[in-house]
Amino acid sequence: MNALLDLFTVVMVCAGVFFFFAGSIGMLRLPTTLSRLHALTKADNLGLGLVVLGILPRVDGPLDGLKLVLVWFLVQVSAGTVSQLIAVLVRKQGEVEP
Amino acid sequence: MNTTEWFGIAAALLIGLGLFGVITHPMLLRKILAFNLVGTGVFLLFGVIARRGAAAGIDGDPVPHAFVITGIVVAFSASALAVTMALKLKSDTGESTFPDDPPADAPDPAAPPRP
Amino acid sequence: MSEAILHGGLILLFLAVAATSVFTRDTFSAITAFIVYGLLLGLAWVALGSIDVALTEAALGGGITGALLLRAASRLRHADHAAETRRTGPASHGLAALACAGLTAALIVLVLSLPHPAPSLAPLAMEALPATHVGNPVTGVLLAFRAWDTFLETVVLVLALVAIWGLTSDAMWGGRPGPVQIPEPDGNLAFLARLLPPFGVLIAIYLFWVGADEPGGKFQAGTLLAAMWLLTLQAGLIDAPVLSRLRLRLAIVLGPLVFAGIGLLGIVVSSGLFAYPPGFVKACILLIEAASTVSIGVTLCLLVLGPPERPATP
Repeated sequence: MNALLDLFTVVMVCAGVFFFFAGSIGMLRLPTTLSRLHALTKADNLGLGLVVLGILPRVDGPLDGLKLVLVWFLVQVSAGTVSQLIAVLVRKQGEVEP
Repeated sequence: MNTTEWFGIAAALLIGLGLFGVITHPMLLRKILAFNLVGTGVFLLFGVIARRGAAAGIDGDPVPHAFVITGIVVAFSASALAVTMALKLKSDTGESTFPDDPPADAPDPAAPPRP
Repeated sequence: MSEAILHGGLILLFLAVAATSVFTRDTFSAITAFIVYGLLLGLAWVALGSIDVALTEAALGGGITGALLLRAASRLRHADHAAETRRTGPASHGLAALACAGLTAALIVLVLSLPHPAPSLAPLAMEALPATHVGNPVTGVLLAFRAWDTFLETVVLVLALVAIWGLTSDAMWGGRPGPVQIPEPDGNLAFLARLLPPFGVLIAIYLFWVGADEPGGKFQAGTLLAAMWLLTLQAGLIDAPVLSRLRLRLAIVLGPLVFAGIGLLGIVVSSGLFAYPPGFVKACILLIEAASTVSIGVTLCLLVLGPPERPATP
């Protein structure tokens, strides 16, 4: 059972890291600001969710697990709002040079 | 190899880097930023010394940790004051750096301040 | 081995980000790099074994200092061109680089020649900790063993605020700081400013309460409160406070006053300044922390906002 949970953690965290990596590559290589924002926000949120999911089997109790999920929720809300703010600014002022 | 020493070397590099930034940047805000870098480097040095003092079942000497916490707060207060003074300089003279020579119509420092 | 890779990678990362912050041309990029550097340094502090300092560094060093610098940068943007054309020449750059390299080398020699075995006050602190009834040794040091230093630090915050307020012009004294924020009630920032502060306040209270036995404490809690207030101000949901209000000024000095009061009480009731009466040690510490959390939150927010620039009533 423990080995299975360890495998789950490793697979989930690796998948999360892969998504973070993909989002960063998108930020560096995509042409327009809006597409870069989209890649970064979506991939980072998903990546964090997978990392949190992977760590959940290792917490000391349900309260700690709830705290981790709360962290993910707060990051999603903040990151989503900030990307929306930047997108509105881009629409008003035009593209930003990389 | 003990990674604590690596953090000490990194702290020394940060202090040197920050000091270079303080000396070479003409813009005041960049100087304040680089000065903060020096500060965090010094705190990291404290952290290295605290880590080496791990004993009695805890991960580090708590006294330097307390000093660093105090230091971070004081460093922020000093930065806030410095930034406000830089903004005041900008609103009074329109410059964001110190001029090399005072302009011809500079106010006499001994005169009472204008409202 | 894995620890070496992890710590080595982290060190290289924050050194690179710090170098970006110093050497980049654009001020905005430099400040963003500084904020990222502050967060990475928080991770470094976890690696060095202190979560209290990690929380403080990430919140104060990275977060609030970054907010302060960003606010200033947006106002100094128009004077950037004059500054850029007057960069110092390569000769003085070289001399400065030489001097800084010398300093770095001296510090590296210092780090590598620290004494073995390392002297430590940890055994003394852990020995005296049970008498304070707090479980977190850093809180014990801050509020019981070195209470005098922490008290002076809360006073320094107030002094910095007084110095900043001293930079107002006479006409604006006692007014509101910062520009008028035009609220967009249905906008994204307003949404965030309505959603986050309840969480923020709750987590701040939790940080203050749990700081007695676990990593946390009043500085981290106060910073979170200040951040929530700044967010609400930025979204335009509330206007900047009038700085001549008595309530505001009482909130600013509440922490230092309670701290000083309990310290002086020690002279009367117990054995000296900041000697908490035995049996009431934890209660005194919690009272000081509670009052200080409020004061630190208010003072940090006002330090970021700056001196008043608008009259109290338009």
